[in-house]
Amino acid sequence: MDWSILQQYGPALLKGFGNTVLCWLLGTVFGMALGLVIALLQRYGSRWLNWIIQVYIEVIRGTPFLVQLFVLYYGGPLIGLRLDALPAGLLGLTIYGSPYFAEIFRSGFRGVPHGQIEAARAIGMSEPAIVRRILLPLGLVSSLPALVNFSIILTKETVILSIITVPELMYQVQRMSTETFRYVEANLVLALFFWALVEAISRVGRRLETHVTKHLIERT
Amino acid sequence: MLAASSVEIRKVNKHFGPFHALKDVDLVIEPGKVNCLIGPSGSGKSTLLRCINFLEEYDSGEIRIDGQLIGYEAPGKKMSGRRLREMRRSIGMVFQQFNLWPHMTARENVAEGLIRVRGMSKSEAHERAAEALTKVGLADRMTNHPARLSGGQQQRVAIARAIAMEPRLMLFDEPTSALDPELVGEVLNVMKTLAGEGMTMVVVTHEMGFAAHVADKVAFMEKGELVSVDIPDRILHHPEDARIQSFLRTYHERNNF
Repeated sequence: MDWSILQQYGPALLKGFGNTVLCWLLGTVFGMALGLVIALLQRYGSRWLNWIIQVYIEVIRGTPFLVQLFVLYYGGPLIGLRLDALPAGLLGLTIYGSPYFAEIFRSGFRGVPHGQIEAARAIGMSEPAIVRRILLPLGLVSSLPALVNFSIILTKETVILSIITVPELMYQVQRMSTETFRYVEANLVLALFFWALVEAISRVGRRLETHVTKHLIERT
Repeated sequence: MLAASSVEIRKVNKHFGPFHALKDVDLVIEPGKVNCLIGPSGSGKSTLLRCINFLEEYDSGEIRIDGQLIGYEAPGKKMSGRRLREMRRSIGMVFQQFNLWPHMTARENVAEGLIRVRGMSKSEAHERAAEALTKVGLADRMTNHPARLSGGQQQRVAIARAIAMEPRLMLFDEPTSALDPELVGEVLNVMKTLAGEGMTMVVVTHEMGFAAHVADKVAFMEKGELVSVDIPDRILHHPEDARIQSFLRTYHERNNF
């Protein structure tokens, strides 16, 4: 193995990793936000709206991310949606993650005991206040492990963004490989970066979990 | 002395799918009186109680609190959410499973309704919450989360949460059924105090001792029907109806050893 090429490609790889983290972070945040909205609409929306949401979830979950990205990036201009690679990638990640996040939130909300919602209704709290003060805090806590888990899965979906020329880590690694034929080194670097990212996320996730469940666990 | 509500229940029916849970139930509860609802499980007593604050929607008939129809503006026409919330503000409810919000401390549980529903400032609400918790004997547990409280303490916080809203009517849905036997007394004592203050109370219970000593009236329900309402002594000690006799016989057999 020859690691000297890292001197030449190091900065580009770091920049690529930076873009990977950025894409992952924004894609996750936007995807979660969209997923949360979907889950709330499912809970409080009309039957008609629920049907539309169900179709959306089935379509997005039922097709590969790669295909969705192609449709968005290359098919978008046909209907006047012309996006640069990075925004297209972010939008793609957001859409791709949203139904999974929505399902996680939906089951998190279902985990909130109905009696605690009824107790809020019984003292005359409005539904928006119940969502804000009871359903969200408790639902989010019970969703947390699954949210962290899916966020980790999403890190690895970002490599697909290289296909539409988003200059993230995979893109840089491929460039380095084809220019130097150092495939093994390049992909080891890729693996190392991802391992570090995933490790960091799961540590933060565990810490967050301990923090938010601190008061919820019975200690006798 | 607290202001107390009257409750009039007229010809109330409720179905769960094909199951007829309440059958033409009539019951009048006078202001400041304590009414216990007893009967075998599945008899509809909890369902009836939950219809009083419209957590459960009744299909037909009328339930009036201080003369005001709850849940409907007119027969068949549902009341707006806003009107329903206004009516619920003066009805407190205590559940079998306590239903405290686990992410809030005891004091925050009590203050929540005061802040969100009564529009009090946080400091005012916390002061009021502290008073209510002191009243139920939990002055030293205000900053505990529910997970750090015993069942009896949790239920007393739940009672404090309800009375802090200054209700004119209190509904209790088997408040001691989920408690270990040694914790039942502390909850019943708080309820006795409330009864002594002249609040209207409707209590679904299996605590016949409480019914005998505290209730002004006891109603016996079976299979969705209100079989009989009378003073505790006549229901519990000299029942005429065979169904009540049989229910009490089972009860005594279970509690004698």
